[in-house]
Amino acid sequence: MSERRAKILAVSSGGGHWVQLQRLRPAFVGHHVTFVTVGPCDTTAVSPDPVKLIPDANARTPFRMVWLLFRMAWIVLRIRPDVVITTGAAPGYWAIRFGRWCGAKTVFIDSIANAEHLSFSGRLSLGRADVTLTQWSDLAQDQGPCFWGSVV
Amino acid sequence: MLLGVSRMIFVAVGTQLPFDRLIRTMDEWASALPGRDVFAQIAGGSYVPKHIQWARSMLPEDFQSKLEHCQLLVAHAGIGSILSALELGKPVIVLPRQAELGEHRNDHQLATAKRFGARGMVRVAQNEKELCQLLDQFETPVSETRITNQASPELIRNLRQFISQATISQRGA
Repeated sequence: MSERRAKILAVSSGGGHWVQLQRLRPAFVGHHVTFVTVGPCDTTAVSPDPVKLIPDANARTPFRMVWLLFRMAWIVLRIRPDVVITTGAAPGYWAIRFGRWCGAKTVFIDSIANAEHLSFSGRLSLGRADVTLTQWSDLAQDQGPCFWGSVV
Repeated sequence: MLLGVSRMIFVAVGTQLPFDRLIRTMDEWASALPGRDVFAQIAGGSYVPKHIQWARSMLPEDFQSKLEHCQLLVAHAGIGSILSALELGKPVIVLPRQAELGEHRNDHQLATAKRFGARGMVRVAQNEKELCQLLDQFETPVSETRITNQASPELIRNLRQFISQATISQRGA
């Protein structure tokens, strides 16, 4: 029995989160993946996979956060992903919330920059994502986050 | 020096926050070395360099091009800067941002620097003086770490398994 190709939504904010997301690409081979990140960015980096751009927002930019919310909801509803994978931060959290409402399985991978404790968006994702991961084995706990390896 | 190998030092503070302490130190270090090719991306910093070339922000492709052509990256301890340089096999010196100096919201860059430094992937300057010392030492280059452009095989394998299981359980549902 051949495996069905999954629809994957791979989401991150910019900078280091986006660099980390691209390093997961081998995990998506054989599936349909759509990347979602903050512009401006080099969308050719993940060519030929499509990239959707979202506004840059965080807890200190409430108005842009609302815009981000609508944009992310729209993207998730259009794509109807089977799987949502994110390397953070705020956009990933929202992608996971909307993704679960649509029945997707979700993974939040906390940034490798969080070497001492989980980020704010990572803590929010605990219990909301199907799996929340830390990239540092010593931060893993029985009740989550888990350690499944790192982007390096 | 090998022919064709750039001696340019690329300095980057990331897109989000200024980092005057790093830029000032690099500018002052370069002032004693006229002709030393240093290019700094300074974001919204209020300190404007006098002795080195600079830009506030860069297009992603220009940033990548500068990285490819540099001999050394000197940066804040941001993951994007560190991983992008290591993927190209470029040596990296980091000066971590400190919350008490108003350089970031918290001290996670100290932890990042410590962890990557312990793995021998970057050299860490704890302060401006150490940065100048590392820069002076760097004049004799050594072999460097180059990383692949992929996550660890363990993480890739686990994610593939998760995707595969998610697809099966949804078909069954």
